[in-house]
Amino acid sequence: MRKEFRRWKSRVMVALLVVATVLAVAPLVLILGTLIVKGAGSIDLGFFTRLPVPAGESGGGVAHAIVGTLLIVGAGCLIGLPIGIGAGIFAAEWPGSIVAKTTRFIADVLNGTPSIVVGVFAWTWIVARQKHFSGLAGSAALAVIMIPMVMRTTEEMVKLVPHSLREAALALGYSRWRTSLGIVVRTCLPGIVTGSLLAVARVAGETAPLLFTALGSQYMSRDLQQPMAALPLVVFTYASGPYDDWHRLAWATALVLIIVVFVLSLAARIATRRRFDAPR
Amino acid sequence: MLLAEEVRPRIATAGMTAYYGPVPGVKNVSLAFAPNQVHALIGPSGCGKSTFLRSLNRLHEETPGARVTGLVSLDGEDVYGSRVDLRRLRRRVGMVFQKPTPFPTMSIYDNVAAGLRLDGRVPRAVLNHAVERALTVAALWAEVKDRLHTSATALSGGQQQRLCIARTIAPEPEVILLDEPTASLDPQGTQRIEELLFNLKERFTIIIVTHNMQQAARVSDTTSFFYLGELIETGVTRQIFTAPKETRTEAYITGRFG
Amino acid sequence: MTVPTAPSASTPAAALQGAAAGDRIFRALLTLAALAIPVLLGFLVYELVQGSELAIQRYGFRFLTTSTWDPVTDEFGALPLIFGTLLSSFLALLIAVPLSLGVAIFITEFAPSAIRRPIAFIVELLAAIPSVVYGLWGIFVLIPFLRTTVFTFLKGTFGFLPFFQGPVYGQSMLAAGIILAIMVMPYIMSVTREVLAVVPASQREAAMALGATRWEAAWTAVVPYARSGIVGAVILGLGRALGETMAVTMLIGNRHEIAASLFAPGYTMAAAIANEFSEASTDMHLAALSYVALVLFGVTVIVNALARVLIWRVSKGRQSGGAGL
Repeated sequence: MRKEFRRWKSRVMVALLVVATVLAVAPLVLILGTLIVKGAGSIDLGFFTRLPVPAGESGGGVAHAIVGTLLIVGAGCLIGLPIGIGAGIFAAEWPGSIVAKTTRFIADVLNGTPSIVVGVFAWTWIVARQKHFSGLAGSAALAVIMIPMVMRTTEEMVKLVPHSLREAALALGYSRWRTSLGIVVRTCLPGIVTGSLLAVARVAGETAPLLFTALGSQYMSRDLQQPMAALPLVVFTYASGPYDDWHRLAWATALVLIIVVFVLSLAARIATRRRFDAPR
Repeated sequence: MLLAEEVRPRIATAGMTAYYGPVPGVKNVSLAFAPNQVHALIGPSGCGKSTFLRSLNRLHEETPGARVTGLVSLDGEDVYGSRVDLRRLRRRVGMVFQKPTPFPTMSIYDNVAAGLRLDGRVPRAVLNHAVERALTVAALWAEVKDRLHTSATALSGGQQQRLCIARTIAPEPEVILLDEPTASLDPQGTQRIEELLFNLKERFTIIIVTHNMQQAARVSDTTSFFYLGELIETGVTRQIFTAPKETRTEAYITGRFG
Repeated sequence: MTVPTAPSASTPAAALQGAAAGDRIFRALLTLAALAIPVLLGFLVYELVQGSELAIQRYGFRFLTTSTWDPVTDEFGALPLIFGTLLSSFLALLIAVPLSLGVAIFITEFAPSAIRRPIAFIVELLAAIPSVVYGLWGIFVLIPFLRTTVFTFLKGTFGFLPFFQGPVYGQSMLAAGIILAIMVMPYIMSVTREVLAVVPASQREAAMALGATRWEAAWTAVVPYARSGIVGAVILGLGRALGETMAVTMLIGNRHEIAASLFAPGYTMAAAIANEFSEASTDMHLAALSYVALVLFGVTVIVNALARVLIWRVSKGRQSGGAGL
């Protein structure tokens, strides 16, 4: 009797687990579905090549935001990747040093810092001093978000390289820096690329740190010293606006944004799948 | 003693102690290695023979907390001198490891050329010649000459180890250190490496660490027995294996411990 | 035994000597890169403190306990923001924890191996969706849906409770909590999955050997073993929820009020900064927002540190895990 009850209860619990899993998977399907249904229809050549039209008129595209996102994220990578990768290599090469331990801990702290706080930081750091909004301030904010992420993944990847390879290079007369870059880093490069791609995918969709740095713009701007549009900012502005045509563009832009982010994430996964062949 | 009384040693130690943190792994070892011979270092695992070997090209100090005291000299020059350039030292004292360590991102050709390229630009023809020569000496040329530019990781374990030997001899070092080079190979691969050693000693001074006493007896001219971090006995291989002076050496080679 | 000649004046050439300047430059450059991170954090804290100095001087800790937020009279108190941040995150965890725990247990203990990876992959893809896209979807899909179904149901059935009273606007504390739940679920799920995977198979087998069903083995043997790691995962999710900005800004209604009803609009620290920072006209307003950012930063640092310690304890136990039996 009691055994029957236990068996029955177990079955119910497992069924609930299945329900939980379905509920957890549902949002992704729903979100992607809505994005495609509402966004795909508005994506045509003009969407990519044209600038926004005055509010109330229909048509127009987001060329300015595509250029803006490319420039802001690109500049963010130029600042963030070398520092993040360099710090990661340092932490893996001199793991016991005080600098490495401190940096590792602080990178974890920064990793958990809300991106809006980083935005405030970039504002007081750059915008308040220069007394104007700029794409570059946005890049700096994105770089601050990327650096700790890239550092930690780089460190993990470098640590995966067998110690024997490093010794073999040193024993052959390689200097330390050549061993590090030419053998160790070269061997785990796919992993470092993966980490960098994931970081880029993450910051490409960031809105909060750009709100009061890059600010957004209705015009095409290629000058990082000026306010600049970006795809996530467009989604935010158009979603909060009153016009149907804005909403239409918001959906289309969100679809493009999510495709960019997913493609980057998938590329990252593929890069690690071709893991370097560790020597047997 | 045979070596230093007859010829000036190529590489030698005097009162050398190698520490891991506060713990000495090798204690107060004085040994001299004559040129163009194969010298075997034997002893049970953990006896310090590998640590001793790694102290000769200063690889020991790459381990965190490790350091070496006493003297090591290469052609009479202090290896641990304050201004010694490790790159130059290791160019002259090559090393082959227990597990094959081909550089996974490089082709077979580039692996062999890796050491040569450290000196800057080398003319292609010179490089080609050196690579072919090194691979020939390492008895690998015939097997790989048609796929020099394919990945080195596709080779078998024995081939990879011979590739590492080719990579080590390509820059023409004076001394080659081998740290149990056949430990991860099958008997056939082991035999090929042993045959190789015999030819290599014409041009190089060879020091080989092995836990295989038969191997030491087959390939070496001199043998040194290490136990618990100390050098117990050194001498001509035949004498060590037939008439050891120390009882501990005798116990080890007759298989009573280790 | 001959003692080798020490290097002396008679040594013909110092053939081994040379300098390795490249190594020193390499190490210096990498050290600079590594030091950039602590410097950046120090600079961040410094700038936040500098930026909020006006508000800190005027309000001190009273800032955290007063409720007036009026840019016109230049009077600021962050209690509604703190309340809203904590409540929305709490709601998010209330929904997300059982779900992500369920998914993690299902994946590690019950799911056929063929669908384990796809499910994990799909849930983790949720983490890659930008916050602003959640916001967009929340405004145009989730809120209309909630208003017509879930909210009316709650109001009709549990309307006697203060949490489910008052007008239903759509943009509300509850809507923000639900979107946050979807957003933090992947984080909690993936860390929980990792700590469950570390539990030795012997735990489960021992329970099954005693006659436990598979569910009982999972719930009574496997989950308790990973408990502190799961708590760490939940706290990590909390850290995410506290700082989440865009989706919350778009769904919570943005009103500086403390309301008992979950249908009423509210505000969070992050949302207030996002909405008001670029429009703040007075120095005190800016300083107050900066102060909010500083508080938010402090809270997330503490929460994340706590989560790390808990997760680290489980993964440290991995080496001695078998001995625990």
